[in-house]
Amino acid sequence: MLMEQVEQKKKLISTMRNKPWRMVKKLSVLREAQAFVEKFEGALGKGKGKKFYAYKMMMAKKWVKFKRDFDNFKTQCIPWEMKIKEVESHFGSSVASYFIFLRWMYGMNLVLFGLIFGLVIIPEVLMGMPYGSMPRKTVPRAEQATAMDFSVLWDFEGYIKYSALFYGYYNNQRTIGWLKYRLPMAYFMVGISVFGYSLMVVIRSMARNANESTADGDDDNFIFSWKMFTSWDYLIGNPETADNKFASITTSFKESIVDEQESNKDENIHLRRFLRVLANVLIICCLCGSGYLIYFVVKRSQTFSKMQNVGWYERNEVEIVMSLLGMFCPPLFETIAALENYHPRIGLKWQLGRIFALFLGNLYTFLLALMDDVNEKLAEEDVVKNVTHWTLLGHHNSSTGNSSTATPPPLDPADVPRGPCWETTVGIEFVRLTVSDILVTYITILVGDFIRACFVRFVNYCWCWDLEAGFPSYAEFDISGNVLGLIFNQGMIWMGSFYAPGLVGINVLRLLTSMYFQCWAVMSSNVPHERVFKASKSNNFYMGLLLLILFLSLLPVAYTIMSLPPSFDCGPFSGKKRMYEVIQETIELDFPLFVAKIFSYVANPGLIIPAILLMVLAIYYLNAVAEAYQRANAELKKKMQMQREEEKNKRNNKASTNPMLQDLEDLLTPSTKSESHPKQAEDEKRESPNRTSPAGKGGKAAAPDGSPMTAGRRAAFTLPPHVFVTQPPALGVRAPYPGQPRPRGHPPGPVPGRGRGPPCYSRAAQ
Amino acid sequence: MGNKQTVFTPEQLDAYQDCTFFTRKEILRLFYRYRDLAPQLVPLDYTDKPDVTLPYELIGSMPELKDNPFRQRIAEVFSENGDGNMTLDDFLDMFSVLSEMAPRDLKAYYAFKIYDFNNDDYICKSDLEKTVNKLTRNELTPEEVSLVCEKVIYEADVDNDGKLSLEDFQHMIIRAPDFLSTFHIRI
Repeated sequence: MLMEQVEQKKKLISTMRNKPWRMVKKLSVLREAQAFVEKFEGALGKGKGKKFYAYKMMMAKKWVKFKRDFDNFKTQCIPWEMKIKEVESHFGSSVASYFIFLRWMYGMNLVLFGLIFGLVIIPEVLMGMPYGSMPRKTVPRAEQATAMDFSVLWDFEGYIKYSALFYGYYNNQRTIGWLKYRLPMAYFMVGISVFGYSLMVVIRSMARNANESTADGDDDNFIFSWKMFTSWDYLIGNPETADNKFASITTSFKESIVDEQESNKDENIHLRRFLRVLANVLIICCLCGSGYLIYFVVKRSQTFSKMQNVGWYERNEVEIVMSLLGMFCPPLFETIAALENYHPRIGLKWQLGRIFALFLGNLYTFLLALMDDVNEKLAEEDVVKNVTHWTLLGHHNSSTGNSSTATPPPLDPADVPRGPCWETTVGIEFVRLTVSDILVTYITILVGDFIRACFVRFVNYCWCWDLEAGFPSYAEFDISGNVLGLIFNQGMIWMGSFYAPGLVGINVLRLLTSMYFQCWAVMSSNVPHERVFKASKSNNFYMGLLLLILFLSLLPVAYTIMSLPPSFDCGPFSGKKRMYEVIQETIELDFPLFVAKIFSYVANPGLIIPAILLMVLAIYYLNAVAEAYQRANAELKKKMQMQREEEKNKRNNKASTNPMLQDLEDLLTPSTKSESHPKQAEDEKRESPNRTSPAGKGGKAAAPDGSPMTAGRRAAFTLPPHVFVTQPPALGVRAPYPGQPRPRGHPPGPVPGRGRGPPCYSRAAQ
Repeated sequence: MGNKQTVFTPEQLDAYQDCTFFTRKEILRLFYRYRDLAPQLVPLDYTDKPDVTLPYELIGSMPELKDNPFRQRIAEVFSENGDGNMTLDDFLDMFSVLSEMAPRDLKAYYAFKIYDFNNDDYICKSDLEKTVNKLTRNELTPEEVSLVCEKVIYEADVDNDGKLSLEDFQHMIIRAPDFLSTFHIRI
């Protein structure tokens, strides 16, 4: 058929670039095909259709080019790529994964900062009432004398307390400026969208990680092959980078070799179990001890706050104790965990879990203390409200006493008695906690890594034992501690950002400086780990922790928004009974009437409860479907594995391990051509649920085993095998090679330990 | 689009666009890159299809290739005679296959050819050893190299002949998650 031939030629032309031929051959075949099409397509008639088609093609090409350009631009915008590559090539992917995580957090915080800064801080500063015009925006008379002192500023009191950094500064005017910008509404919505955006971003990242790890579901099967053929990055065009890459490939090979050897070791089960139980008991004791210590210190600080003349230590005792616990407990856990002798990847997860429990206990105890504080302040507020009311009244009376017709001069904002403003207090507490956390981290790095490295390097010349090889030697980069520190820091930011909008800005600065500081510290004072293990699969573990922290930090904020009354004289919600009333107010006043009606219908429990039930059912259903797919996947993999092993066994002339397969083979060997059809007919007949039919030689086995997914799986099975560019893989039965006994032993025994690699990159401070 | 170039005839340009993954602009840019390697050898007018071949040394000195441990093999695979000397056609072909638009199958085919050092259509143990040594710049001990090669054969050799055929290789590399992103040269 001429039409078919023309279509064929057209298809050839469009896929010419995919053909693995020499360019000369491609060009000549192309010319031929084009001549053919020209000659005969004219006969089929073109006309206007061709022009439109050409236009469509041009647009498609332009679109592809635009997408490519945009992707290029996006990759150029990603910062610190080179820094991370450098760290990666010297320390392996696990250390670099921390920095990649840090960069990701920086990106997320930057977006949050943009939201808060652009939608809340800037409008208030530009269009709201200026500093000093209202009581809430002015430093009270009593504090003005000390408001500029550094010690006061360091505690975030004084001028900082009455600035746009904290909740208390914001005015509760419904609209501000000539743009009629609804600030209280914006404040509330930004607070919610901070959590919403973070949730979305974390879950998207988790989904992407999950996707990638199922894509290489065969990961364990091809580790070395992939390392060999896909590890060199052809994009490298710079000798230094090439050096880094060579180093990193060598490290990676050594990693895998060690991994391989680890899996060959034997174990003594009972001793191991006993030691593990012992270790867990010890660690639980530690956790309880630390919990009690914090509780004790918090109770003490409550009594301190009632006393006068408290020293610096008493005021900051809680923060100091928490930081010290955070600094000393993780190494303690690690030493105890040495008893357990887990595979390092699993050991890492246990360590992370324990540190997580520790930090969680700390954080929640801290929150409890804060809640006590807040409740006290709320009680105080009632008293102050009365005082303010009577003071203002008194001021009016006294001033009108002088001239009965003139309006009374307004009371200077600094003199108005001020409520305790619990929100700002909460904000201040979080900011102080964050700042002290930052300081402790940096000092730990400086002392623990840098000073130690300097000491080991320079004092080694005049010390009795070799400091570099023995104690204390150079520090290794503590991945788990750092990642958890980052995650908990983010949790605190999420908790505090509603009450201190400036907190996210402080965090952005912190992450920025952290990146440079830690990169420098790692390159100058750390050495690569002795046992290097890839942490790439832990990425989802970190994300899972982050998600958990996000929820845990959402809870206190949601609780305070829903159930605590806002202060009467500070913040954008002052004067309301509850903070969320701002939404109702906006709906009533700013939207047309029917919107309010719609919302009132939607908020009806009769509608919400069925909606929630529906969502629960949907989750259950999707979960069931996902499980079924996973099971099907596992079955497929098993079959492929079985097929490969069977082929290998056959080659070695060994008896098949599966007698059923052997029988079937004997049956089928004479009829290789027509094997697929009779086999499939056989399979269809054998619908017994407990027999797995043999992994077919033609790759077309269907395995009815009673699972609900049989039909779907069979459909999946009957997809044709992937057609390669060259001849299709000959998966048919092959005659066994004449007499080729291949010794199929285990891979050779463990290579004598190489320990730390060559000295070129294992010593610090180059 | 502007028709101001005089290097190729429009038909030639279209043919190149059909046979590679590049756009018109990219093909011209590649031509100028090729010419910059040896301006005195490469004429500015390709309309009569001159027969110009650049020696391997010039190709291997390109910034994109000079740090690649496999540059010699790449040039050999894409050249006419397997000696590394490339015409413009070969040059375009090479970068087209190594560009990010090329599909997996195509890249896998050429990757196999590149890693087959002795050109016998099989990747045997000696090929693997050469690959590992090039990748690690001879920093692994012979035992480690041997271990790695044996593991690779164990993992990927399906038909059990002790070496990797094209099918074995493709079967293994098609699933690799990093293959597309590493087997890629941007020009």
